[in-house]
This record gives sequence, structure tokens and C-alpha cells, in this order.
Amino acid sequence: MLSAHTISKRYGAVQALDGVSLDLPPGEVVALVGDNGAGKSTLVKVLSGVVTPDDGLIEQDGRPVRLGTPHDAQRLGVSTVHQDLALCENLDVVANLFLGDERRRWSVLRHIRMERSARDLLGSLDVRIRDIRVPVAMLSGGQRQSVAIARALVGEPRVVILDEPTAALGVEQTAQVLDLIRRLRDRGLAVLVISHNLADVRAVSDRIVVLRLGRNAGEFRTTESTPEAVVAAITGGTP
Amino acid sequence: MTSLAVLLRKPLSPLRGAGRTDLGAWPVVAGLAVIAVVFGSLNDRFLSAENLTNLALQMAATGTISLGIIMVVLLGEIDLSAGSVSGLAAVIMTILYVNRGWDPVPAIGVALAGAALIGLLHGWMFTRLGMPSFVVTLAGLIGWQGLMLYLLGSGGTINLPFDGFLARLSDTWLPAWAAWLIAALIVAAWTAGGLLNHRLRRAADLPVPSSLALALRLGALALALAAVVTVLSADRGVPLLLVIFGALVVALDLTLRHTVFGRHMYAVGGNAEAARRAGINVTRIRLIAFAAASTLAACGGILAASRLAAVNQSSGSSDTLLMAIAAAVIGGTSLFGGRGRAYAALLGILVIQSITNGMLLLNVDSSVRYMVTAAVLAVAVALDSLARRGQPR
Repeated sequence: MLSAHTISKRYGAVQALDGVSLDLPPGEVVALVGDNGAGKSTLVKVLSGVVTPDDGLIEQDGRPVRLGTPHDAQRLGVSTVHQDLALCENLDVVANLFLGDERRRWSVLRHIRMERSARDLLGSLDVRIRDIRVPVAMLSGGQRQSVAIARALVGEPRVVILDEPTAALGVEQTAQVLDLIRRLRDRGLAVLVISHNLADVRAVSDRIVVLRLGRNAGEFRTTESTPEAVVAAITGGTP
Repeated sequence: MTSLAVLLRKPLSPLRGAGRTDLGAWPVVAGLAVIAVVFGSLNDRFLSAENLTNLALQMAATGTISLGIIMVVLLGEIDLSAGSVSGLAAVIMTILYVNRGWDPVPAIGVALAGAALIGLLHGWMFTRLGMPSFVVTLAGLIGWQGLMLYLLGSGGTINLPFDGFLARLSDTWLPAWAAWLIAALIVAAWTAGGLLNHRLRRAADLPVPSSLALALRLGALALALAAVVTVLSADRGVPLLLVIFGALVVALDLTLRHTVFGRHMYAVGGNAEAARRAGINVTRIRLIAFAAASTLAACGGILAASRLAAVNQSSGSSDTLLMAIAAAVIGGTSLFGGRGRAYAALLGILVIQSITNGMLLLNVDSSVRYMVTAAVLAVAVALDSLARRGQPR
């Protein structure tokens, strides 16, 4: 669906990305792993239209596309959930899901239509929140992450990028979020997960792509790989 | 300290959410009851129809300024210039109306437009130049008062003609039948809204709030309105000034809760960065909020001038600003932004004006009045800060 070929990006003297390629087919969870400074964030920024690469090609369904702005990315169906979630804690779940994209008639909010869609969306993702009318500040970390992910789906994207979705969560909440990621895959979305946590990566991904110093340093089918091989690819050692 | 914060949060937190502040009025209502009992027992004139009518008149001007304060406080900013802008607008209006012989309506229009421009200037300095709103409006506090004194010149006082439109504005009283009709219409409109909401929610297969709660709330509203109309009709009648203030409160509350603009106000106040990333034009929202704050301050200044039937060098000065900010915070608007409703202005000004009025009746010295007002403000802000700290993360 979305694929990047030989992407390069240089910040001054630092070569952040050096000919990196990545393929995101529908219905697959791809994990992007690598040490700090491996170029994960830069690649995500390229795919979400925040950063324009110096060189390389991005294709959607085999056709080259331009991702000049975050808006371009959204228009092409690429939705990104950033690590800091960007939720308004004082607003309720419904308001957060439709933030900036409120259902309206003239300028008047359509509360009931939004709440109906919000319940349908959360229900289809099996996200359980007792009362979706309470401010997001009252929710647990896992619930907030779920709301942020659900919000990424409001625009009906085809590709969802999740930046460190389990970084701040406890064991049980991590399990909830990983379940949610599997459901995204089952909906036929292409999912890219950036994570430091190899246990989570092995639990949820179909394929692991390793970056090291701005280059592709290995690619594994998750079920056929060993943790040692992945770690070796990340650190550049030999297994 | 933490346990205290949790204790304080327990009764406050469900009340302070953006969506469900219906219970949020209860602490303030309890405070009002205490004030009524204390001052009522100290002075038997405090609860008389005449004094309560005076209270209603005194509330309107500062309450309107407080509405404007709420607009910027919802964004987590502050407007310290509201008092000065209210005085300046009143002076501009009076000079055009009295000295230049304009019709009152265009004079008011020019004053409001001038205030809106002042607000836009504040907003521009805040958004484009990146100056803290505290400093921008502190400069405004001094600067606009200076301009007002300059415009007033050496005379110092301009009287409004007693039989003119503006003076009559605050000397117009609704006849009893009109007051009852308005009260009945308000209750009917609210009932219709509540029933329609129930029906639409049931049609959309959404959880429907209990009919009992709706009935109770409508009963409370009807009772409160009936009490106000009964008491005020026993004296001179319901003052037009109170109706204007009430209409502004309701209009602003509906705007904040039911329009896209209002939703974006709360979003910017809660998390400006998240709002920006969601595609909301944060700068535009901020400019509108500052312009609205100054315009509402000007409305308040004009109402105050009407009540005094004059403008003078102390128009909009002294404790007007402090009272307006205190009213907003006491009513439950969080100084940290994103929480609060327009009704805060009504409830807050009722509390702070009752205290002031009660102390005036008891001939308490103004030195003590200032200290008491400041203490009430400090307590309200302290509660706000503790409630915020106690929030679950």
C-alpha cells in the first residue's frame, strides 16, 4: 500500500537516513526498531509529511506520491499517533475523537451524531470506557492511548503509524493496546509500530524492520526470527 | 497536603468537568446561603426587596466585565486591562453622546468597536509578538486608563442627561407580567430543549439521562426564577440591566457549549499544542477571545456609566478588575484554562457583590472590605490550584 524506497535525509553534518526502504502492505503490522539515533523518528516524520526527504521515492499502490505537509499525508490516508498523544485532557472522549473535525450544522455542534459515531467506533475496536462523557484526564494511560488510536481512525485512514504506543503503560494496559493494534490489522489497515520494547514488538508484529545508523540493518518475519538475531541487527554485533 | 488535595478534589472534580458542571454550582450556592444567613442576621435590611434589587443593579456591570474575563481565562490567559478598557469605552461613548451630540446607539457602537480593536491589539501583541498576556494587559491596564484620563481632560466628570436613553437604561423596570412571561418562556424553552435532547438520544440509541434529573433541574430553575421575580417585583420590578446581563450570560454559555468556536476555545485552553495539531487555528481563537474580552468589558463599562449617569476619573478603576476576576474564579472558572462556564460570571459576581453589599450595609470600612474581597479571591484560587494538583494523571 505505502512504500518508501531509498529515502535519504541529512541534517547539516548528520546523515539521519541513508537509502532506507520500507514497505507497508495492508493487513500487516510492521515493527520499526533500532537504537537511539538509528533514524526511526526521521523516517516516521518523512512518512507523516512532517519532513521532506532529500532523496528517495514514496509510492502508494505503486504510484509515486508527494508528502510535502502533514495535510498531504492525511489526505493520502496516512494517520500518525504521536508519543505524546496530543489529547485535550479537559475535553471528553467524544470531543477529543472529533477535535478539529467536528460534525456540525452551520457552526452548531452535532453532539448526538458525534456521540453515536464515537460509540460505534470504540465498540468496533472493543475499547471499553465506562463513561465517554468524562474528561480524558479521568482515564487511565491505556484508555488514553486507545482514544488517541481511535482518533487516528476517524478520518478512515489506510495506514496508521504508532510512535511508542506502549512506552508509558503498565502490563495490563500494554496488553489492551496490543490487542487494539491487532484489531487494526484485522481491519485491513497497514500498521507501523515504532517501539523500544522488543517483547511488545515480538508479541504484536508480523514483520520487524531494523534500522541502524540511518540504514536498513535487517528485516525479519517475526515468527521465524530469534530475539538474539534482532538484537544483533540493532547493535551491529554478530549473533 | 496530598490527602487534602484529594479530599478537596473529591467534591470538586466531577463538578468541574467541561461537560458536566451542573453540580458545580452547589458549593457556590452553599456559600450564598451562608452569606445570606450571616449578613441577614447582622442587618435586617440585607434581605429586603429593596436591597436585593440594588444588588441586582450593582451586579450587572461588573458581571458583564467578568464574562469577558472568562473568555481569556478559559484559554489559560489573563486580561488585567478589562477595568481600564471598560472605563475608556464608557468615556468614549459619553463624549460622542454628550459632547458631540451623537445618537446614543452609534455612540455605543463606536465605543464597542474601539474596545474590540483594543482587544485585537492585545491579542496581536500576545500571539504575534509572543508577549505574555499578563504583561500585555498590564500595560493595557495603565495605558488605557491614561488615555481615558486624557480624553476626560481637566473637567474630570461628564454627566449623562437623566432623561436620555442611557440613563433610562438602568432606570427601566419590567412590569410584573412581563417578568413572569419571560421567566415562563425561559422555563418552557429549557423544558423543550431537554425533552428534545432526550428524544433525539433515544432515537440514536444513546444512553438517556434520567427524566427525574431533568425534572429536578427544571424545578430548581423554575423555583429560582420565580423567587427572583417575586422578590424584585415586590420593590421596583426586575431591572432591565439584570435582563441584559442574564441574556449575555445565556448567549455566551450557549456559544461556548454548542458551537465549533466554543469547542475550540476549550481545546486551546486545555492543550494548545494538541489543538494546533488537530488543525485548529489557535491564533484566530486567541485573537477572538481577547477581542471578545475587551468588548464585553466595554459593555460592562457602558452599563456602569448608565447606572451612575456619569463618567468620571474613577470609571472602571479601583476594584472593578479585582471583582471581575474574583467573580470568574469563584464561579468555578479555572485560571489554568480549559475549565469553566459562562454561568461562573453570574454565580461569582453574586457572591462577591453580596459580600461587598453586605459590608457596605454594616458600614464596614473600605480598608476591611478590600481585605475581605482579596481573601475570598485568594481562597477561590487556592481551591482551583489544589483541585488541579489533585487531578489523576
